Amino acid sequence: MAYSKKVLDHYSNPRNVGSLDKHASTVGTGVVGAPECGDVMKLQIQVEGDRIVDAKFKTFGCGSAIASSSLATEWIKGKTLDEALAIQNTQIVEELSLPPVKIHCSVLAEDAIKAAVNDYKSKQAPKEQQS
Amino acid sequence: MKLPIYMDYQATTPCDPRVVEAMLPYFTQSFGNAASRNHRYGWEAEEAVEKARGQIAELLGANPKEIVFTSGSTESINLALKGVAEMYAEKGKHIITCQAEHKAVLDVCKHLEQQGFEVTYLQPDKSGRVSVEAVAAALRPDTILVALMWANNEVGTLNPIREIGALCHEKGVLFFTDATQAAGKVPVDVEADHVDLLCLSGHKIYGPKGVGILYVRRRNPRVRLVAQMDGGGHERGMRSGTLNVPSIAGLGKACELARLELPQESARTSALRDHLEKRIFSELDFVHLNGNREHRLPNNLNVSFAYVEGESLIMGISDVAVSSGSACTSASLEPSHVLRAMDVGEDLAHSSIRFGIGRFTTQEEVDFAASSVIGAVRRLRELSPLYEMALEGIDPKTVNWQAPH
Repeated sequence: MAYSKKVLDHYSNPRNVGSLDKHASTVGTGVVGAPECGDVMKLQIQVEGDRIVDAKFKTFGCGSAIASSSLATEWIKGKTLDEALAIQNTQIVEELSLPPVKIHCSVLAEDAIKAAVNDYKSKQAPKEQQS
Repeated sequence: MKLPIYMDYQATTPCDPRVVEAMLPYFTQSFGNAASRNHRYGWEAEEAVEKARGQIAELLGANPKEIVFTSGSTESINLALKGVAEMYAEKGKHIITCQAEHKAVLDVCKHLEQQGFEVTYLQPDKSGRVSVEAVAAALRPDTILVALMWANNEVGTLNPIREIGALCHEKGVLFFTDATQAAGKVPVDVEADHVDLLCLSGHKIYGPKGVGILYVRRRNPRVRLVAQMDGGGHERGMRSGTLNVPSIAGLGKACELARLELPQESARTSALRDHLEKRIFSELDFVHLNGNREHRLPNNLNVSFAYVEGESLIMGISDVAVSSGSACTSASLEPSHVLRAMDVGEDLAHSSIRFGIGRFTTQEEVDFAASSVIGAVRRLRELSPLYEMALEGIDPKTVNWQAPH
């Protein structure tokens, strides 16, 4: 299978690899996929106010899955939570020139962003109720 | 050292130059039709075919008259299974095979099921092996054929062919074995091993592509087949079609070389394979051998690298040509049916790589491949959330994953 240059670049030089403290109240963690399906993505965001100031990922999956999640972290850094939630998988498909058989990788990356934002929001919810 | 390094010898092999040399005269000089009885051109072609038949028979311990030329193992399997089923349908309609067989066998069996035959698909053990006891337990009065491969193409596991053959002969059931991976790698003797039908392919043993044979036993018992190709009645009526003389000459030479060099080649490839295995297992954690440590091909190594996905690993070792048991590369997203049948777990099935050592593999190449794969696994594990979990002491298998895609 031929990979696009951008996929190869993200695969060879993945951006923002690593982990943030999942217990911190300012960190949201999204883990999506399953090992038996051949894809697991963990995407984490560090939030200040309503802005994502840092993002990290780790992915078990094919080159396209690694590239999709690497690109996702690049895109969401500096964005507000709402802007991050607006990112759609089709944008990732376009940017990385993913073939049809790899579209699920982009879907997973979109799911990972949403899961991380939702995790962050659920951590904030109890505090809001208190105030 | 030429890059990428070829380590996919179970998929196909390059032609041995000595094989090419044996083929050349039959393209332009002795180009006759082996069925032409009236002139020298025909006689020369026939002579080449009969010489090859003898060379192939010798590798198998068979009589030359028992060799039927085909286009390769897939055709041989079709002829053997469908030919036996049609010929012996009145005797019974039950066939025994295994879930880890090549797709060529499984798909023909599915076709036969649609024709009213009943097929038992035995599950192999965790090493990919079928026991003679399992075959004995599956035999029925209406069983007409047992079809089990000699060596598995993915994991290299060897079935107990001699014991299964003896059982089949004792029970009066025909025994077919797909020896595509085994021929030329391990000793084959159709008499001692009680084999009635056997196939092999030229391109797996340093011969040309598009040629193979079906061995069909003529005595004790005499095996009869319904031809699957009608025409001029070539090959004792079992396979019509003008013989592919250059390729047949090449296949004959390939079998001769395989027979003469088997002992040295088996020792040499297994030493290289063991070296590769030792390096991988000593330099990485969480690695799993797929197959049977005792009963296996000398030149095959199938390993699962836990917490690393196969396709990304293959991408990371682009200078080494290998196959992944995760069929994501073939766009189906299904892990290998062989590893699934062996019940190795879908996560490990997605992480497997098959290394094939061959006649032209060098120690330098093996070391390059080992370093390459070890480096790629380490790098991908730094990216892997599952490896992170494993190091924290969490087995990813115990996690309740929510997105079954």
